Amino acid sequence: MAEEPKQERPSILKQITETQVWNAIFRTGVPRTRRQRMMVVLNNVFLHLHPVRLPKHAVKVKYTWCMGGLSFFIFLVLTVTGILLMFYYRPTVEYAYGDIIDLKEQVPLGIMREIHRWGAHLMVITVWLHMFRVFMTGSYKPPREFNWSVGVVLLVLTMLLSFTGYLLPWDQLAIWAITVGSNMAGATPFFGTSGPGSALLSLGDVNFVHTASDARFALLGGRFVGEATLLRFYVLHCIGLPFIIMIFMIVHFWRVRKDGGISGPT
Amino acid sequence: MEEFKHFINIISRPKIIFPIILTLFFFVFPPTDLLFNINQKLRLHKIWTKKGGIILFSLFILFFLFGLTDPNFKLIVTKPDNVPIVGLIFLTFFFLWYSMKQAYDNDTKIAEGKPPKEADDAKEKVLVWPDLVYVEFICLILCSALLIVWSIFLKAPLEEPANPAISPNPSKAPWYFLGLQEMLVYFDPWLAGVVFPTVIIFGIMSIPYLDNNPKGCGHFSFKERKMAVSIFLFFWLVLWVFLIVVGTFLRGPNWNFFGPFEFWDIHKLEPLANINLSELVYMIVLKQKLPTNILLREIGGILALIAYFGLLPILLAKTIFREVYNRLGALRYSIFMILLLMSAGLPIKMFLRWAFNIKYIIAIPEFFFNI
Ligand code: HEM
Repeated sequence: MAEEPKQERPSILKQITETQVWNAIFRTGVPRTRRQRMMVVLNNVFLHLHPVRLPKHAVKVKYTWCMGGLSFFIFLVLTVTGILLMFYYRPTVEYAYGDIIDLKEQVPLGIMREIHRWGAHLMVITVWLHMFRVFMTGSYKPPREFNWSVGVVLLVLTMLLSFTGYLLPWDQLAIWAITVGSNMAGATPFFGTSGPGSALLSLGDVNFVHTASDARFALLGGRFVGEATLLRFYVLHCIGLPFIIMIFMIVHFWRVRKDGGISGPT
Repeated sequence: MEEFKHFINIISRPKIIFPIILTLFFFVFPPTDLLFNINQKLRLHKIWTKKGGIILFSLFILFFLFGLTDPNFKLIVTKPDNVPIVGLIFLTFFFLWYSMKQAYDNDTKIAEGKPPKEADDAKEKVLVWPDLVYVEFICLILCSALLIVWSIFLKAPLEEPANPAISPNPSKAPWYFLGLQEMLVYFDPWLAGVVFPTVIIFGIMSIPYLDNNPKGCGHFSFKERKMAVSIFLFFWLVLWVFLIVVGTFLRGPNWNFFGPFEFWDIHKLEPLANINLSELVYMIVLKQKLPTNILLREIGGILALIAYFGLLPILLAKTIFREVYNRLGALRYSIFMILLLMSAGLPIKMFLRWAFNIKYIIAIPEFFFNI
């Protein structure tokens, strides 16, 4: 009696990974060999942010604390939760506060606002710690000077994003924090009504810098925090600043690679 | 226990805690060789060992837990919007310790003529998939878990609807700007709110161009770049994180100062008897009326400022900063000094306020120009 060859059924995983659809999406297959592992990073647009091979110190949490990566990840979380929040929120003095209440009371399992708010706090913290790590490892030294400066812009933009978002719930905390923050703009030298030198910008009796034309007015869209401010901050918060910060992030990541990858001892 | 709380309340007044921190700071993070030797003699570098870290952290957590038993402390620390700042304090201290520990470990290795730890690691090359991708993946999962748990247990605050007619007391800026708001106590808004932030931003940006010491690039280290690390940490820890902590936890109604265990009494009165330098000079020292000519009136302050920014850098370059001057060259040194002196202006102004009740060094309210 000839022994029948045992017909092993391939595992489900194997069956799936051999379909045409799978292979069309994931060209390299499950990365098992060294070659495949390299190809998977090269072929995938997201993974391609990384180099293929790195010196070992650069992948250790001990060295980078993963803070730059986490800052970026939290930014993505904020983008997603922010889009969800935009479904419910209308930036007018009439509706804003009520919409936030509705978010709390009507939306089932709603922790989007919480994730967005605490995430925003967390992002400011991770960006600071990232900057701190970069400083302590001396990674701003040549050839990475410019990327440090790009980083500072990112830091400022992160805080501005947080600042503009602060106003949107339109509660007491919001308008007064923004009032305190933006009052300072009125004291800008030359361009603020209560700033030094503003009186110099005049022609005869005509003052160019007054409460309806100074730096504070430009920021608030009015003489005090009101309807126009809410709209202005909303647009900046949801479109303007994210757009700008993304551009700077692209430059930042590009430069990390072009400056020779993560810094290391020479 | 009440005595202890009272003691903490008293020493945490800016007038007392700030000079203490200021002095301690330069022994813990010595910028020069002299201070570094003292640091070693006092064995302060032991803070950056495992044992030191554990002891310090335990004390810290103990203090925090003890604080939570006090209703006033608890009320402020557990306010939802203040929770991230408690987190920030712990994270800052942890990462400070973590980086300084690695720095001192590397310093020891370098002193023995060996390369830093990172160089040992760097000899081996690894593939991004899987070595980096999985580290990132774990970090990401942990971070998401933290965020979700935090969001489930702590509701985002929402206060009364906005009412332009009623301003809360105190009204605080968002916490990451509280360092600036704290400066408003000592400087006018045009400086604290506009000029200083601009200078801070450009100051941070210029770090890589000012620090031309090639050592310590790409690994943690302290000894090779004492001055740079010390200055940076001074800004970061003392003038930024510390002022945020003060602004968040210790500033109450009317921006008055309250100890961590003190009740926020709206009616707390602080005597306000601040005077300008010109008044001090003419009315108290010379016992005469203020001159009407603005320039004559403010001449003292103007000269002081010119000396501060014009003469002091030259003097320093000839004495204790000689080495720095030689290394940086004239242009870098000038920019460095302007930035340094401007930022030293804050502690100096604080000190003048506390010691002599000085309000303005130059006061020209006619042009909104007060310093
Ligand atoms: C939104 C804010 C930011 C994001 C998303 C971000 C992201 C990143 C990432 C992913 C890296 C790769 C290495 C790492 O993770 O440490 C990196 C490196 C770097 N970042 Fe940032 N960063 C931000 C802000 C900053 C800031 C505020 C600074 C400094 C002021 C800075 C300076 C640098 C420098 C110099 C490097 C190169 C470090 C090295 O080669 O070791 N970045 N950044």
